Amino acid sequence: MSAHADGAHASPKFYVMIGIILAILTAMEIAAFYIPIASHTLEVSILLVLSAIKFVLVVGYFMHLKFDSNIFSLVFVAGLVLAVFMVSALFVLYQVLPGTTPPQFVGL
Amino acid sequence: MADAAAVAHDDHHYTSTGLNNWKLGFWTFIGSECLFFGTLISTYMAYKGASIVGPYPEKVFDIPLTSISTFVLLMSSLAMVLALDGVQKGSKKKALIWLGTVIVMGAIFLGFQYYEFTHFIHEYHLTLQTNVFGSTFYVLTGFHGAHVTIGVIWMITLFIRVLQGKMPPEKALQVEIAGLYWHFVDIVWIVIFVLIYLIP
Repeated sequence: MSAHADGAHASPKFYVMIGIILAILTAMEIAAFYIPIASHTLEVSILLVLSAIKFVLVVGYFMHLKFDSNIFSLVFVAGLVLAVFMVSALFVLYQVLPGTTPPQFVGL
Repeated sequence: MADAAAVAHDDHHYTSTGLNNWKLGFWTFIGSECLFFGTLISTYMAYKGASIVGPYPEKVFDIPLTSISTFVLLMSSLAMVLALDGVQKGSKKKALIWLGTVIVMGAIFLGFQYYEFTHFIHEYHLTLQTNVFGSTFYVLTGFHGAHVTIGVIWMITLFIRVLQGKMPPEKALQVEIAGLYWHFVDIVWIVIFVLIYLIP
């Protein structure tokens, strides 16, 4: 694997290897969905960790963030962190905290 | 894009950051898109289980079908990065094969989504107005599908330009930026697949 400035960051063989890992991780996600796991928390944790690994692999290698300038990473991560915070905050507010419900719409 | 040649030359021009402005601008756009999809995912998560009437997610979701479409979209990302490699190395044949693969895989994903939507509507009578699950699900996955559609159209234009011999290695940045968009659409689906389909 070689990294240089003109955008060609890795060999096709390396990309295929990442693709195979992504396929295996997806298969593991589907298996985690079908295999009965006693703890709901454990099942959710496994699924979240597997998807996070897939996310990092695609962003880091296919989108070349691992090889590119840190400024690109900063711009992307800024938006990502805000989005994750928003999703988490609303989920905790309406699904975890007792006595809170999102606004209801008549007929829905 | 004002001038394709300008994009290629811009790669070598001085910028205050030392980085290519097109690429920096596109990463900024992707950062903003994170927030766009973040709002849609937040809405789905906030209203999860809040539907007063059915049908409910566990009844309508077809996990084996969605798993196949997820796999197809994931592998299209691999094809995209191989297409970029082809353009960067000046291999027209390789670029055409992999760009064509991306287009076909994107179209297959959209076909699966069309089938899923029509199946939900006709089989379960789940529309945008049926319940909050229908509203939040269709808006989220519909916007993602619209992004995939734009990506497929973008890939077709690149395919034509490669076919015409108008995509030399010096213009590979155009394919790289299109690739960033395609991979972003893929990572959004990675999140949707787990949060919406797999987590009960």
